Amino acid sequence: MNFPILSYMIFIPFVGIIAVLLLKKEQVQAIRWASALFSFIPLVLSFFLLAHYDSSTSTMQFVEKHNWIPSLGVTYFLGADGLSVPMLFLTALLSFLSVIASFNINFRVKEYFAFFLLLEVGMMGVFAALDFFLFYIFWEVMLVPMYFLIGIWGGPRKEYAAIKFFLYTLFGSVFMLIGILALYFTSQPHTLDMMQLISQAPLLGRGFQLIVFVAFFLAFAIKVPVFPFHTWLPDAHVEAPTAVSVILAGILLKMGTYGLLRVSLPMFPKAALYYALPLALLALINIVYGALVCMAQKDLKKMVAYSSVSHMGYCILGISALTVTGVSGCVFQMFSHGLITGALFLLVGVLYDRAHTRDIDAFGGLWAKIPVYTGVMTLFCLGSLGLPGLSGFISEFMVFIGSFPVFKVIVALAVLGVVITAAYFLRMIQKMFLGTFNTKWEALTEISGRELFTVVPLAVLMIGVGVYPSPLADMIKATLENIVHLVTG
Amino acid sequence: MLPYSWIIPCFPLLSFALIIFFTIKKPKLSSQISIGAVALSFIFSLIVLVSVLGNPVTSEFKFNWLDLPGFKVDAGMLIDPLTSVMLMVVTIVSMLVQIYSVGYMADDPRFARYFSFLSLFTFSMLGLVLSNSFFEIFIFWELVGLTSYLLIGFWFEKKTASDAGKKAFITTRTGDLAFLVGIFLLTTTVGTVNFQEAFHQVESGAISSGLLTLSAILIFGGAVGKSAQFPLHVWLPDAMEGPTPVSALIHAATMVAAGVYLVARLMSIYALSVPASLVVAIIGAFTAFLAASIALVQNDIKRVLAYSTISQLGYMIMALGLGGYTAGTFHLMTHASFKALLFLGAGSVIHAMHTNDIWEMGGLYVKMRTTAITFILGSLSLAGIFPLSGFWSKDEILLLAWNKNPIFAIVGMAVAFMTAFYMFRLCFIAFYGKARDQHKFDHAHESPKVMTVPLVILAFLSIFAGWVGIPWLSKGYSSFVYHHEVHHLEPNFILMIVATLVALSGIYLAYVIYYKKTISAEGLKNKFAPIHKLLYNKYYFDELYNAIIIRPIFKLADFLFKKFDQGVIDWLVNAAGNFTVFLSWFWELFDTYIVDGAVNGVGYVVRGTGAVIRRVQTGQLQNYAFIIFFGIVLIILLKVF
Amino acid sequence: MTLYHFLSLSALLFCIGIFGVLTRRNAIGILMAIELLFNAVNINFVAFARFINPQGLTGQIFTIFVITVAAAEAAVGLALIILIYRQHKGVEVDKINIMKW
Repeated sequence: MNFPILSYMIFIPFVGIIAVLLLKKEQVQAIRWASALFSFIPLVLSFFLLAHYDSSTSTMQFVEKHNWIPSLGVTYFLGADGLSVPMLFLTALLSFLSVIASFNINFRVKEYFAFFLLLEVGMMGVFAALDFFLFYIFWEVMLVPMYFLIGIWGGPRKEYAAIKFFLYTLFGSVFMLIGILALYFTSQPHTLDMMQLISQAPLLGRGFQLIVFVAFFLAFAIKVPVFPFHTWLPDAHVEAPTAVSVILAGILLKMGTYGLLRVSLPMFPKAALYYALPLALLALINIVYGALVCMAQKDLKKMVAYSSVSHMGYCILGISALTVTGVSGCVFQMFSHGLITGALFLLVGVLYDRAHTRDIDAFGGLWAKIPVYTGVMTLFCLGSLGLPGLSGFISEFMVFIGSFPVFKVIVALAVLGVVITAAYFLRMIQKMFLGTFNTKWEALTEISGRELFTVVPLAVLMIGVGVYPSPLADMIKATLENIVHLVTG
Repeated sequence: MLPYSWIIPCFPLLSFALIIFFTIKKPKLSSQISIGAVALSFIFSLIVLVSVLGNPVTSEFKFNWLDLPGFKVDAGMLIDPLTSVMLMVVTIVSMLVQIYSVGYMADDPRFARYFSFLSLFTFSMLGLVLSNSFFEIFIFWELVGLTSYLLIGFWFEKKTASDAGKKAFITTRTGDLAFLVGIFLLTTTVGTVNFQEAFHQVESGAISSGLLTLSAILIFGGAVGKSAQFPLHVWLPDAMEGPTPVSALIHAATMVAAGVYLVARLMSIYALSVPASLVVAIIGAFTAFLAASIALVQNDIKRVLAYSTISQLGYMIMALGLGGYTAGTFHLMTHASFKALLFLGAGSVIHAMHTNDIWEMGGLYVKMRTTAITFILGSLSLAGIFPLSGFWSKDEILLLAWNKNPIFAIVGMAVAFMTAFYMFRLCFIAFYGKARDQHKFDHAHESPKVMTVPLVILAFLSIFAGWVGIPWLSKGYSSFVYHHEVHHLEPNFILMIVATLVALSGIYLAYVIYYKKTISAEGLKNKFAPIHKLLYNKYYFDELYNAIIIRPIFKLADFLFKKFDQGVIDWLVNAAGNFTVFLSWFWELFDTYIVDGAVNGVGYVVRGTGAVIRRVQTGQLQNYAFIIFFGIVLIILLKVF
Repeated sequence: MTLYHFLSLSALLFCIGIFGVLTRRNAIGILMAIELLFNAVNINFVAFARFINPQGLTGQIFTIFVITVAAAEAAVGLALIILIYRQHKGVEVDKINIMKW
């Protein structure tokens, strides 16, 4: 196929930035709709991507490769496989929905949407780039708009949160840069092409792998976030505006696990085997610790934020197992967590816009007042706590069954997380939606059509994947089999 | 017909979707849709039963649902005699309860939503009994848990109701943890989640006996949670906060029996593991005794029935633990009919009296004749009086226990005695004697037809449903639902007579205390005050769990968040930040005085020179042109000479 | 008429041009003086072409080039002068010292 679809997906939002910048800042509506349009086109393209993806092979598809800086061996190299296609789709979907959800932003609208589209460029790029130089550029491109989006449009402690996020992530990035340089200088001939590096991987010495793995792991672990690098997350998520929280939780966290699967496992197979157990232990801590911390939360958004820590733990557990089912569970969880937590953040935003508080204890009996909102919220909470028939369950189940043969005790303990998750979600539902109606919220209005529009696609996908996971499983299978094969031989 | 059985759960699912998305504002239509759907399911279940009766084999229909290395799931249905019986039980009770609910819930503002939840429940329960794999059964297992949660907390404005819903969900999920780990252990060892393939593997010795026992016990954990067995029985009495028809359907007849069904379904596994079966039997017997003893002193009509349910479930579990596949499932079936009847009867009384407390009732027999008669019939059946349904199934269990291990039979007898006593304590207090609350009594009236007709049908079933299992029948229940080969236990007359005498003496004791009042109830209570207090407070299980599990978890959560997350990790992060700030301050000083000193020194030199040379920069165009011109001339001159 | 005559003329013209560039106050005058410089160069080109290589047309072609460039330069220059006039209300170059920092 000659149509450079990936480039289009990456750079159409960029065209959108130019379009937004050319509009006058008073033309708020035009800016909103232009952003919506330019984030919708990648979504349409991503459907095309899904339709044309050949799931029978693990080779890269939709490849674009051009020389860029030949003296350094840097190429403009894009491609997608079973790992990146779902992520690209998720990115396109969540970006579009987030743009729609951002229509209520009234402060410095033009800059907001410009930054937002830039964020989308970065995210798309990370998931499509197959050259480390390009990968690193996109990785960092994302950081800047994120910093401003939190720092300008965020909540009361936005500056603290933005700087914390930026420094944490940058700290990780630096290690990744070192790792990239280490790979570059050890490869023969020097290259930054990921595919070539993967094929050279077995030649690398074990000691070297162990060190470079850690460098990359730091970068990815901060993004995921893996305990104990997670404390940027609640601050950033809570202070960020709704749509940005959605992107943070829905896409940014996935970059960590994506990186582990794309870079760490195939390039450092020996290290991946060596570190499997520590990784599983960290995952266990993430799952149980994150869930326990959720129980202590009084702020709804903070609770959802910490639930991400717990849920991303399942991803890490799946990766550490190094079995196809476990790793598939990880990708399922990445996808499903993007849908569910994205929707949860959207819904938290919906309530916050009306009530101007997120204190769980401040509400009560809302079911009687806003039944549709309650229904949707409950549905996603159930999805998040792993109710069968919804995508969260199948992901967790796959992770568990994939890693059980490898880490029996750890999985048995990790299952505890499922109960704690149920406990804190039900507690939240009870305190907010059940019980006697708190008349203070008499003026609360039902979720609007636009807001409903942003969560319904996510609900449909969540149920779809939960009821019939085969299409997604087939799409990722060949790629993941290849990755696992590279590690375990 | 059998390959199309998937349609049975589809009707209620469709009804759920229809109500939620379209008719939520039309209560009457919603209830009709819901009842119509379950009636269709009932008809199809009947067809399935007939065709299985004609050809009692196990058939499986499946298609590939998910295919990953190490995790292959074929979704589908497993239909055998047990399934067909369960389908009947679920659809009949569900249908009757829904019809009854039309009357019971008539004034509820969330009428349509109630029926949508009932439909969802019926769908999940039917899915559960049709499941063909560990994976599928777990899915429906959780779904029935969800609908149970939704329906217990249906009157969510009441704090106790929403609390009870939460408690039920979390407690059963705790059991599901063990279930889940057990599934992992078993299925990853034998390499398949499909029931029949797994049984085959297990029987061919693909799993060591230790692992088999461990996984069987873990899986039993799920049944313990769902069927409210000790130590996870605490949620069921609280679940009575839900509407009474829900208690009848979910917390008496069907969902709580899912645990029993699970153990029965996995009989091939338990049959191969003696220790696991023993654990099952002991837990069952212990629970039966424990719950029956608590039921002796409860004052809430629904709670008495709830503890009775727990006790009877323990009975069934005990039977299964002793290898009584037929006996356990037979009792499940008869129990579904009379316990549903009892709950619906209690609902009818509550509907009339607006109270749950039996000490506010009394003399209701004259006011509510249908309810009273059916209720007493149900109680007789539950107490195991000849020739009602309960007699036959209870006798089957006792006979089995007597043959296997007489200790269990003795426990069973004790439970039967207590059962007869507390049921008739209830009957005598509620339906006979003088009215204790005259105001409420005056307002009491018989329930409408839509509620009494289901009572009558269930009463009919409570009498006759057990007759299919009369031991002398050559083509009875035991030759239809059995595991591997038919075990025909020789009927034991002495045992039958003893059991009947025990039950009758229980009834007599209740009669003496609560009807004749020859023995003072108060006097007894005072005489055994500590025991009464212990029983009345349900052995303090709630308080115990609160103290040793729930509060520590909250404390831990708080500690982890406040002390560890914010205190340690964030402290470290902030400390690192502050240290960096300090360092930068230090280096700033270094910069200002040392580095900048040098830099500034250079700067001064440059600036001094610049001050002199800048005079050349006049900004006058012609000066520059002049300099350029003469510069060129100079260069040329230099070149030439 | 020899080459020297032409070169002398051209040198004379060039000197007048330079003098103009360096002394005129008016920017338009400077521009005109620059035109003189161009013409001096043109004469040189033509003269050399005529006397050194009578067969070729190189000199003439170059001259045409120079004329073209001069025209363009004049146009750009005049545009700049107009802008300067608007800014400073005058075109006296000694008054315009914005290039000085």
